[in-house]
Amino acid sequence: MPLPPPRPAPSTAALSALCATRIAILDGAMGTMIQARSLTEADFRGERFRDHPRDLRGNNDLLSLTRPDVIEAIHTAYFEAGADIVETNTFNSTAISQADYQLEPVVAELNLAAARVARRAADQAAARLGRRCFVAGALGPTNRTASMSPDVNRPDFRAVTFDLLVAAYLEQARALAAGGVDALLVETIFDTLNAKAALFALELLFDETGVRLPVMISVTITDASGRTLSGQTVAAFYHSIRHAQPFSLGINCALGGAQMRPYIEELAGLADCRVSCYPNAGLPNAFGGYDESPADMAAVLGDFAAQGWLNLVGGCCGSTPAHIAAIAAAVRAHPPRTVPAHPPALRLSGLEPLLVS
Amino acid sequence: MPDNASSFLVIGERTNITGSPKFAKALKAGDWDACLAIARQQVESGANIIDINVDEALIEGEPTMVKFLNLIAAEPEICRVPVMLDSSKWTVLEAGLKCLQGKGIVNSLSLKDGEAEFLRRARLVRRYGAAAVVMAFDEQGQASTRDEKVRICTRAYRLLVDQLGFPPEDIIFDPNILTVATGIEEHNNYAVDFFAATRVIKATLPQARVSGGVSNVSFSFRGNNPVREAIHTVFLYHAIRAGLDMAIVNAGMLGVYEEIPPDLLERVEDVLLNRRPDATERLVTFAEEIKAQETAAAGPIENRNSKIENTDAWRRSSVEERLSHALVKGIDTFIEADTEEARRNTARYPRPLHIIEGPLMAGMRVVGDLFGAGKMFLPQVVKSARVMKKSVAYLTPFMEEEKRLHVAGGGTARPQGRIVTATVKGDVHDIGKNIVGVVLACNNYEVIDLGVMVPCEKILATAREQQADLIGLSGLITPSLDEMVHVAREMKRTGCTIPLLIGGATTSAAHTAVKVSPEYPEPVIHVLDASRVIGVVSALLNPASKPAFAAENLAKQEQQRAEFANRRNTRKLLPIAEARKRGEKFNWLEVDIPKPEFLGTRVFSSAANPAPGTFPVTLDEIVVYIDWGPFFSAWELHGRFPDILQDAVVGEEAGKLYADARKMLARIIAEKRYTARAVVGFWPANAVGDDIEVYADESRSKVVQTFHFLRQQNEKPAGQFNHCLADFVAPRDSGRLDYLGGFAVTTGHGVEEFAKEFEQKHDDYSAIMAKALGDRLAEALAELMHKQARDFSGYGRTEHLAMPDIIREKYRGIRPAPGYPACPDHTAKRPLFDLLTAEQATGINLTESFAMSPASAVSGFYLNHPDSKYFAVGKLARDQVGDYATRQGGTVAAAEKWLAPYLDY
Repeated sequence: MPLPPPRPAPSTAALSALCATRIAILDGAMGTMIQARSLTEADFRGERFRDHPRDLRGNNDLLSLTRPDVIEAIHTAYFEAGADIVETNTFNSTAISQADYQLEPVVAELNLAAARVARRAADQAAARLGRRCFVAGALGPTNRTASMSPDVNRPDFRAVTFDLLVAAYLEQARALAAGGVDALLVETIFDTLNAKAALFALELLFDETGVRLPVMISVTITDASGRTLSGQTVAAFYHSIRHAQPFSLGINCALGGAQMRPYIEELAGLADCRVSCYPNAGLPNAFGGYDESPADMAAVLGDFAAQGWLNLVGGCCGSTPAHIAAIAAAVRAHPPRTVPAHPPALRLSGLEPLLVS
Repeated sequence: MPDNASSFLVIGERTNITGSPKFAKALKAGDWDACLAIARQQVESGANIIDINVDEALIEGEPTMVKFLNLIAAEPEICRVPVMLDSSKWTVLEAGLKCLQGKGIVNSLSLKDGEAEFLRRARLVRRYGAAAVVMAFDEQGQASTRDEKVRICTRAYRLLVDQLGFPPEDIIFDPNILTVATGIEEHNNYAVDFFAATRVIKATLPQARVSGGVSNVSFSFRGNNPVREAIHTVFLYHAIRAGLDMAIVNAGMLGVYEEIPPDLLERVEDVLLNRRPDATERLVTFAEEIKAQETAAAGPIENRNSKIENTDAWRRSSVEERLSHALVKGIDTFIEADTEEARRNTARYPRPLHIIEGPLMAGMRVVGDLFGAGKMFLPQVVKSARVMKKSVAYLTPFMEEEKRLHVAGGGTARPQGRIVTATVKGDVHDIGKNIVGVVLACNNYEVIDLGVMVPCEKILATAREQQADLIGLSGLITPSLDEMVHVAREMKRTGCTIPLLIGGATTSAAHTAVKVSPEYPEPVIHVLDASRVIGVVSALLNPASKPAFAAENLAKQEQQRAEFANRRNTRKLLPIAEARKRGEKFNWLEVDIPKPEFLGTRVFSSAANPAPGTFPVTLDEIVVYIDWGPFFSAWELHGRFPDILQDAVVGEEAGKLYADARKMLARIIAEKRYTARAVVGFWPANAVGDDIEVYADESRSKVVQTFHFLRQQNEKPAGQFNHCLADFVAPRDSGRLDYLGGFAVTTGHGVEEFAKEFEQKHDDYSAIMAKALGDRLAEALAELMHKQARDFSGYGRTEHLAMPDIIREKYRGIRPAPGYPACPDHTAKRPLFDLLTAEQATGINLTESFAMSPASAVSGFYLNHPDSKYFAVGKLARDQVGDYATRQGGTVAAAEKWLAPYLDY
C-alpha cells in the first residue's frame, strides 16, 4: 500500500494567509548584487578552498560558505526593501552545475549553509520588521538540458538524464529542507523535462520527511516566440507541471516586464494556483547589463497588479533592493489575483497544449 | 468525422509497431529517418496525439523507446503534439516517461498484476506528470462483456481516485476493442459490448475518458484496406455516440461515414451492431468482391490517400522552392533527391557550391528571419540546420571531385584559409557556430571546430599550433560576452596577430566595438549571421583587401564607441547623496601635499615696461610650448603633429600651412605684436563637501573665497568613482592643510589689431592665421605657467619631462578651467578673477556671459594632487542643481541657466 500522504508544512498556512491578504513580495537579483561587490578570487575561495584546483570566481553559490556575510547582507537588504520571501543563494547548487568547479562533494553543504544564512536573515528581519519573513529554497535549471541535444549531429544524444537530474535535485532539496526553508522554488525553467525531474525529486523528499513544503514553480519564456527554450508554449508548460500541485506558478528571467506581459496575462487566465512574476530589469543591453530603473519596473508590474494578474511579484536579473522597494510600493494598492476554479479537464501537452474538456 | 464529434481525439497509430508493418520494418532496420517520416506524416494528417509502441521480440524496448522519443523531441513538427507511450512492459513505459517534457499518456496500466503493483505504477505515472490509460483487465484476464468491462473499470477508478487521489480527469479507460467477424459466435457482440460499456463508464465514473485501439476490430479483414477503413469509420461513428473520447487510428486513413456506399455500410453495421446471424458471412463475401474490383481498377486507393497527397503538395513546386520548404520545415526526406536535381541543372548551378550559396543559404536566411521574428523557435532551427547539413554532405563528394580535377589541371588544393571556431567557456550554444562552420567549409576554408565550453587557452593553443588565419568565437548567453573580452585580451597578451571574429545571439556590433575590439589591436569583426561570414573572411584573408576592410571596420567601431558614449550620458543618474558616497576617497594622512614657495599672486608680462614687481616672460619662451595639433584642427586638417606634415592626403596642404604659420609667428615675435600677460596665485585651502574654501592665511580662520564644484552623477561600473574636483583637495576635517592654485593668462593683447590689418587688405587667410596663432600662444602660455606653477610647488623641478610629454600633459597635477568639462560653470571665473585680481594684473575682462576678452586667454585652477585627473561632469540631476544653487547662495533658476547644457531634466 502507498504511504500516507505527507502532511503540509506549517509554512503552508502562513504563506497562504499572506497571499490571501495581499500580493506577496519576492526578492530581486542575487547575482547582480554579488557582482556589484567586485569580489575577488580570494573572496570566493576563502580559507577552505584556497588550494582548490579550479577557478572559483563567479561561483556565486560558494559564497554561502566562504562569504556568508555578503549573502546575509543581500537577503537582509531585500527584506528591508519590503520582500516577504527571499530565495536561497543556491541557483547552481546541484552536483550537475557544480561539476564545472569540481565541487560536487560540497553540494549538500552549500545548500545547508545557504538555507541557514537565509533563515537567519529572515528570522532577524522578522523580529526587526514585525512581519513574517519567508525563505524559498531555490532550485535552478542546471546547465544541461534533458530534452535537447547539445550536438546537432546527434539529435538523440542527451548530456544529462532524468535520473541524474532527480538524484542531483534530491540531494539539493534535502539539504535545503534541513536548513529550514519555508518553500521550494523550482525556477528559471528553460527545459520542462529538467523541471519535471526536480518536481519528481521533491515528491521523493516529501516521502522521506513526511512533510510537504509548498512548491513554487517559475518558467522562463525566452523570447518573442512565447516559448521556453525547449519549445513549449505557456499553456503546454502549465499542463506539463500541473501534477505537482504548485503553491504558485509564474514566469521569471530572460524578459523584462513589458515583454512578459502577454505571457503573464495568459498564465493568469490559465493557472488554478497563485501566479508569480519576477522579470528582469528589462532586456539585457548590448553589454549584458540591465537598464530598467526601479520606477520603470514598478510601473509595468504595478499595471500587472492593477489588471489582477498577480499573487507574488519580485525581480530577476538586474533588479536590486531599490527595484523591490519600488515594486512593493506600486502593487500595494492592488488586491491579489483571485485564483480561478476551472472545471476539471484532461490537460495534455507536447510543445503545444491539448485540452480535452 | 461527424460534426458532433469534433472534440474527438485522433491518436496516430502508425508509429505502433504492432499496427504498422512499415514502421516495424523501418524500426527493425534501424532506419530512424523513415520512422520519423512516419511520425511526421501522422501529425501532418491531423493526429492529435501519437501512439508510440516498439514492443517486438527482437527489439530491446527501453533503449529503443528512449532513442525514438529523443529523436522526436528534436522534431518540433512532431513533438508539438502529446505522446502516448504504448507498451506492455512497465519498464519501457517508465523509460519513456523520463524523456517527455510534455504531459503524455501511459498506455497502459491494469490490475493484471494486482492492486499493489497497479497503485505503485499509477503513483509513479502521476509523479512523472502523465495521464494513464487503464485497460479493462484484471488478475483474471481481459474483460469482454459489457458487465465485466464496467466492473473492472469501476474497481480501478475507485482505487485510483479514493486511495491515491489520482485526478479522475487523468484516467482514460480502454474497455478493449476486440476483433469481430472472426467466425466465432461469442465474438459477434464485442463491438456492441464496447459501445454499451463506454456508455456506462461515461455515465457512472465522473471525468474519466474512454479510448481504444480501433484497428483491432477489423483484424479479420487484414489485407483488405477499403473494407477495414469502412469498418473503422463505422465503428468510430457509433463509439463516439456512445461516448468514446479518443481512439488509436491511422490518421491518414479515416473515411467519412456519410460517404460509405450504402450496401457496404449496411453490411458493416450488421456486423458491428450484431444485427443478424449471417452478418459475418455477408460482409466477407462483399469484401472479396470489393477487393477484386480494387485489383482490377488499381486506383481508388490513391483517392483514399488524398489527405497524404495534400500534405505533399509542396513536392510539385520548383526545386528551389522545395529546398527552401525543406529547410524551413526541417524535412529531410527528400533533401538529397532535391539537392541532386539542383546539382544536375548545371546551366543554373555550374558548381555545387552555387547551390549552397544560392537556394540553401536563401532558405537559411528565411529560417533566420522567422526565428528573429519569433515565428520559429529553437528546436525548429536546429532541425533546419540539420537539413542544411545533409544537403551539404550530399554535395561534398562532388565538390571534392571538383577540387581533384582542379588539382589535376595544375591548380592548388590548399584551403583558402584555416579558421579555428569555438563556443567560449561557460556556454554550450553552438548552432550558429556550426552553421558558420558549414558555410566556411563549403567555401573551401578549413574549419577547426573546437566545440562548446572551450577554454581560452585551448583556443589560443590550437590557433598557434595549427597556424590558423582566423579565430571565430561564438556564444549565446550574456556571460559569454565577458569571456570573449577575456579571449581578446589574452590574444593580445600572447602576441596573437590574426583577426578575431565574434558571433552569436547576444553578441552585437556595439558590444564588439566597445568592449572587445579595444582589447586587441588586430581586426575584431562582429559577424551578424552565417550569411555574412564568407564576405568577412575573404576580405580579411586577401592581403589586397584586408587594409581597407580593417580600416572600414575600425571606423565603424569608432563611431559605435562614440554613440555608446553619448548613450551613456542619457542613462539614469544617481541621487547626489549617493554620488557623493561614490566619490574618490584618499588616505589623506599619506597624500603628498606640497607647499608652494609663495602664497598670494605673481604677475608676469612680456611688455617692454611692465609695472613694478612684474616677472618677465618672452614670446620666444612661449613658442616652444605650442601644441600644434589643435592648430591644424582649426583648419580642418586632422592628424597628429608632426606626422600630419608627411600625410599622403593632407601632408602637402599641412606643410604649406605650417610654413605660413611659422613665418607669421616669427613676425609676431620680431615685431612684438602680441603682449603676453599672466597672473598665478596660491592660497591655503581645504575642501568642505563639494566646495573648496580658500583662506586668508594658514591659520584658516578667515574664508576669503569659496569655489563650488559639481560632481558626476552618472552611474558607473564597480571600481570607478563619481568625481568632483573638490575630492582632490584635502578636506578640512582631514587635519591636513592644502593649497589651491589659480591662473589667468593671455597673449591676446594685439591680436585683434594685427588681424584687422589683414582684413583691411582682404587677406582673410592671414587674419584667421593671426587669431589662430593668438589662441595657440595663449594655450602655450598656460602650459608654460603651469610648468612654473609645478616648479613653485617643488615637484615640477624634478619631473624631467621632454617637451612633447609636457604638451601631452604627462605631469602630475591638472589645471581645470571654468566652463570646461570638469567644472562646467563659467560663472566660477568671477570669484577666480577676484582672487587673482586678474583684470588688473592681465587686462583680461569678463563679459556678461563670463567669456574672457581678449579671446586669446585661459584661466583656471591648479590642483596638485598626485591622482588628480581630468573628467567630464556630464549630466546633472535636479537634486544636485538645487544643492549647487543653495551652496552658491543663488537661485535655482540662475544655476539652471548657466548649466543648461548639462541638465538631465
